[in-house]
Amino acid sequence: MDDILKPATDWELQGMVKQLAARNLSVELVGNGTKRSVGRPVNASMAMTTAGLRGIAMYEPTELVMSARAGTPLSQIEVELAGRGQMLPFEPIDLGPALGSYAGSQTIGAVFACNLSGARRISAGAARDHLLGVKGVNGRAEIFKSGGRVMKNVTGLDVARGLAGSWGTLAAMTEVTFKVLPMPDDTATLVFTGLTDDLAVELLCAAMGSPYEVSGTVHLPQTLAARLLHDDLRMAARSLTAIRLENFPRSIAYRKTRLKERLKVYGPPLELDQESSLKFWGELRRLSVMPYGSQTYLWKISTAPKVAPLLVNTLRRHMDNVETMYDWSGGLIWLEIPASADAGAADIRRALATHGGYATLVRADPAVRHGVDVFQPLNPAVERLSRGLKTVFDPGNVFNPGRMYATM
Amino acid sequence: MDFPLPDQGILARRDLILAGLTAAVGADRIIADEDGRRAYETDALTAYKCMPLAVALPRTTDEVAAVLRYCNANGVKVVARGAGTSLCGGALPAEDSIVVAVSKMNRVLDLDFANRTARVEAGITNLAISAAAAPEGFFYAPDPSSQLACTLAGNLAMNSGGAHCLKYGVTTNNVLGVRMVMMDGEIVDFGGPQLDAEGYDFLALIVGSEGQFGIITEATVRILKASEGARPMMLGFDSAAKAGMCVARIIGAGIIPVAIEFMDRPAIKVCEAYAKAGYPLDVEALLIVEVEGSEEEIAERLAQIAEIARPLNPSSVAVADGEEQAARIWKGRKAAFGAIGRLSDYLCMDGTIPLSALGQVLEDITTICQSHGLKVANIFHAGDGNLHPLIMYDANDREAAHKAELAGAEILKLCVSVGGCLTGEHGVGVEKRDLMHVQFSDTDLGLQMRIKTVFDPQWLLNASKVFPLDVRALAEQPDPNAAHAA
Repeated sequence: MDDILKPATDWELQGMVKQLAARNLSVELVGNGTKRSVGRPVNASMAMTTAGLRGIAMYEPTELVMSARAGTPLSQIEVELAGRGQMLPFEPIDLGPALGSYAGSQTIGAVFACNLSGARRISAGAARDHLLGVKGVNGRAEIFKSGGRVMKNVTGLDVARGLAGSWGTLAAMTEVTFKVLPMPDDTATLVFTGLTDDLAVELLCAAMGSPYEVSGTVHLPQTLAARLLHDDLRMAARSLTAIRLENFPRSIAYRKTRLKERLKVYGPPLELDQESSLKFWGELRRLSVMPYGSQTYLWKISTAPKVAPLLVNTLRRHMDNVETMYDWSGGLIWLEIPASADAGAADIRRALATHGGYATLVRADPAVRHGVDVFQPLNPAVERLSRGLKTVFDPGNVFNPGRMYATM
Repeated sequence: MDFPLPDQGILARRDLILAGLTAAVGADRIIADEDGRRAYETDALTAYKCMPLAVALPRTTDEVAAVLRYCNANGVKVVARGAGTSLCGGALPAEDSIVVAVSKMNRVLDLDFANRTARVEAGITNLAISAAAAPEGFFYAPDPSSQLACTLAGNLAMNSGGAHCLKYGVTTNNVLGVRMVMMDGEIVDFGGPQLDAEGYDFLALIVGSEGQFGIITEATVRILKASEGARPMMLGFDSAAKAGMCVARIIGAGIIPVAIEFMDRPAIKVCEAYAKAGYPLDVEALLIVEVEGSEEEIAERLAQIAEIARPLNPSSVAVADGEEQAARIWKGRKAAFGAIGRLSDYLCMDGTIPLSALGQVLEDITTICQSHGLKVANIFHAGDGNLHPLIMYDANDREAAHKAELAGAEILKLCVSVGGCLTGEHGVGVEKRDLMHVQFSDTDLGLQMRIKTVFDPQWLLNASKVFPLDVRALAEQPDPNAAHAA
């Protein structure tokens, strides 16, 4: 990425966008570029990185809030937070390894632009739920702001949250302000083994339906459990169904006991202590069981939890060698499939039409991503509104043209 | 407060419009007589009143669509209404508008405890969702003080919060999908039963759009399993600043209670007289801190919090001695506005501030009100800095009313100047419309208004609210660079 625009201030970025728009040029907008291969291939005149917009602008631990320039590495933010015993509650997932890139190099701006959340999303909310304010530059070369630094703010439209998950197609965020939370005093994990997908999702839903504030619910079929780096769990050589508890130690001890009673029909679980838990959930956060491979493609499917096993069964009837990891008590399916011309899009979209949900093609060859709908196809009304929103922010189609939808 | 002049052409065609609406949904869905309409002329911001042309009370999404289709085709403005509990004039009609109230659409459509979702009609009251889920031990988390009366539709329009959103988030964090009728009558679903639908986050834009995008008729919301128990404790201090420090230290110690509420001396006195909750009367500031869990967990957490408070020399520390007192402590807090309303008319402000500014802001609020010769009581959600100064005045005294408005505006400007915002959970409505310049640049307002135009191209939905009238031209502002390129 030698030939890349790298603004260092909002005004410099604004000037660049003004020049681009005036010349009818477009730009591929990236942070550190770890997710360039997600979405439809962008056909842009040049690239622009937010990496020059770097640094923590404000951090008030007692108000649970931080502001950072969009290009600040996530790792820097997490180190700063950890120094005060705090964390990003939504546990942003790191797609780097699954995309053939490095772990730990994404920027905070990208985390929000792509609305990346991990296992704790199920209890703490998504990235977008923690986004309080945004400063940025839109495709009209206007510097704008939305939201602010306070938790409760209903003044005007929630434009900041509206930018979450827009994959850099609406505006270039220059600064994000977000809510943080204290790290838990202690963490423990109960791991049930040998369950089928159906039973596992049933168990995970039951755990979420308990009053014990379960903060992680994941199921790995045996073939995926075998890919874990976590020795004890890999060597269990069975499917793994894990639920996480985070709280102060006495509370965890109590809640573990109650959950084991409540879930005893699923068999006795393995128990992971804090260190072992952090290792396991940290690994999942990097999606280590779905590593990059040129012969496989990767989908992310969001659906109602109890539908998930049915959906996967339907897919298995049409597709061979499918690997699935269930997160969010079944509501999030990571689906690895053998490489094919349409990445299984037709089968997946058809199954979703029956069962409900959204599928995003996260990893595939550029030609495939060019040819199929990478994001869930839109119904006509939402497509019209999406086009309208794009025009509001970026009428000249300066930012990431075609990344989410072929005609936008 | 200025309002756009009513469209005389619409007023002149009133009979025709009534006939058209009646043809669309039937006479039993339309209120046309003066007495009937009177009930809809204002909301909980009673300082403003205006009779609408007519009121529609649809029973189905299709009926909402029929009303909007007719109004769109005939250029008739529409004001959406839930229960009319808005504190910012969000449901105030315009003279040339039809009020569309969704309060008759109040059924629970589906409770799915495995998926932890409820699908409901939007006219259901906030508390009725929790009531429906309660037999299985579930609840709907956002809990505005008006939850007995207010509708989910209104909560969605205003992105309502409540005392317990410190832990559970506000409306936008608890909604998964909505069915919305667009102004042209088209019915559109956004989101659904799953988390995080990919694509542009329309839910983020729709929730809090104050009835300006469309009329929501159904929603899928998250329901949560209730904790095993909950208990509040009360911490009294001899200064507001110390109470503020206590909040910061609790959070700084890594404890997030489910709620931290603040009342000052005038508010404590009134609420105690009303609820007999056992609030200490000899303190300047009271914190109500609630934690959840099992008996042992609650005891341990409350002990930690008491220990954190101790160096600040609280003048009183008391844990609710049982369910009954806990209920009374919350009853007093939730009824605070009503209790003060029995003593005096008041304006309720809703600014949010960074917690670190709390001590200074409370002093300044007192100074501002004193300078106008007015009394103020402060009640607010301390955990998230959402203030509710209640400025007391005599509504029959026009000068006092004017002074109260001036004081309110100064307080909100103060909130913005310390890094906060005009409104934390009540919404902009008409009340704070003309203060939007204080928080936003014309560029910011233009961006928001152009988004509104995408949803409602003719600006027929709740059109006189939220955006200052003097910047309305920005809604149509062409792309500056396109002109340059040409």
